[in-house]
Amino acid sequence: MAYITCKDITLRYESLTVQEHLSFTVEKGDYLCIVGENGSGKSTLMKCLLGLKSVDGGTLTFGDGLKRNEIGYLPQQSQIQRSFPASVREVVLSGCLNGHAIHPFYTKADKARADEQMACLNITALADRCYRELSGGQQQRVLLARALCATKKLLLLDEPLTGLDPLVAAELYGILRHIHDEHGITVIMVTHDVECAVRHAKTILHIGKDESFFGSCADYEKSAVGRRFLGDSLSPEHCANCVHYHSADCGCEAHRRAREEGSAS
Amino acid sequence: MTDLSAILTPEFVSTVLLPALIAGIAVSLCASLLGVSLVLKRCSMIGDGLSHVGYGTLCIAVALGWAPMQVTIPVVIVCAYILLRLSENSRLGGDTAIALFSTSALALGILVSSKANLTTDVSHYMFGSILAMTRGDVIFSVILSICVLLVYLLFYDKIFAVTFDENFARATGLNVRFYNLLIAVLTAVTVVLGMMMMGALLISSLMIFPAVTAMKLCKRFRGVVTAAVVISVSCFLLGLFLSLWLDTAVGASVILMNLAVFAASSLLQMLRRQAGK
Repeated sequence: MAYITCKDITLRYESLTVQEHLSFTVEKGDYLCIVGENGSGKSTLMKCLLGLKSVDGGTLTFGDGLKRNEIGYLPQQSQIQRSFPASVREVVLSGCLNGHAIHPFYTKADKARADEQMACLNITALADRCYRELSGGQQQRVLLARALCATKKLLLLDEPLTGLDPLVAAELYGILRHIHDEHGITVIMVTHDVECAVRHAKTILHIGKDESFFGSCADYEKSAVGRRFLGDSLSPEHCANCVHYHSADCGCEAHRRAREEGSAS
Repeated sequence: MTDLSAILTPEFVSTVLLPALIAGIAVSLCASLLGVSLVLKRCSMIGDGLSHVGYGTLCIAVALGWAPMQVTIPVVIVCAYILLRLSENSRLGGDTAIALFSTSALALGILVSSKANLTTDVSHYMFGSILAMTRGDVIFSVILSICVLLVYLLFYDKIFAVTFDENFARATGLNVRFYNLLIAVLTAVTVVLGMMMMGALLISSLMIFPAVTAMKLCKRFRGVVTAAVVISVSCFLLGLFLSLWLDTAVGASVILMNLAVFAASSLLQMLRRQAGK
């Protein structure tokens, strides 16, 4: 059985239905990126996966031995966290809490685990620094270390790259790859960056207002919705008509070729 | 200014001052601990709202001849829970819900007490009367404060997690609703205890001032909590002795002491920033 199975789910944002009949599965060892336009329900879906909200129709089930308290989560940074007085060690350690419901304080094992994750993410030197004084990239590493303290199985990331410069973002993708490949942790990420999603993920879930896609990256690149979304990255410098997305009627050479190749395959 | 040695007779010290000191220190401790969480969770106003509810309930309790504290505490705990749920679910927004709810409770209390001609009897709960606390009140306050302290220490790590990032805590399987309720209950108890000493109008600043000052000085959560406790207790002691010396209201003197420390720490922070440039 898969870690997560979503069957025919409906997502609502306040009273507005943003998605219907959405089905997908997340297998152990997967690297899934969830992409889509603004307002298509990405964040709502993430909330459902995290259990912060229940699905408004259909079923969402955990399987393969995955429990609620075995997932790690890297949130979008909120304003509250940015001004919060806490040391890096305190933040990372708080990820260990889901392991023990009864024991009131951190155990030696928790502290060792926090140290291990800080070493893994190369932030041991920052352990006693104040969280709010770190750079955006460093803060994201701290939150990632906390998420890794909370899980050995599944990591969920909600637009982790918002506000980070490209160099730091690339570094974070590298870390994620390492976590996925070496530690065998399943990754689910919501992102705006389709290009990077296709480059790093195994599977893509595209949720759109009209059409959705769930399948491998290679299939996504060939699909109509994927080509429309990825069109931007084909060769934008050749195309003055479609700054954002590859459009069907823009008529530029690169896009015409891409369309022909797409319809041939 | 009054001659301190004239007031501080052995009898005054043992029957009035010492109980006031013990109760005051205990409540200041609780208020500052919870204040840190309230300020960081951006719900400082909940203390203020609960004190209004508490005052309203006190008026009704006194009018009906019930034991004020023992009736008020359960009522305020229930209100804390309701306020929490309201700010979670309603589209009104937490602060609006608090304002509507607490002023209604206050109005009801005033209505009942004015009908029963009690306005002067209950007015000292408005401004507090730490030196007029009975022995029973003091023992009750100290026991409850110790309970609040123990619960806070026992759940310290979880309270940190819930304060720092509620969504992460909930997503990773922590029972966030329970811990929020716990914070609300502890706050409710502290507010009622504090109301007896500081008065309904001033208790919320006893929670907020030390936390805000500590956040200016410290960079770690544990440091902030410790500093808030130290600031709160020392401001209480200084304020109390100042009020005896200058013959001023105790609650107001303690709050102004807090304000002075806050101003000094703001200045210190500014100087530090200047030096850092």
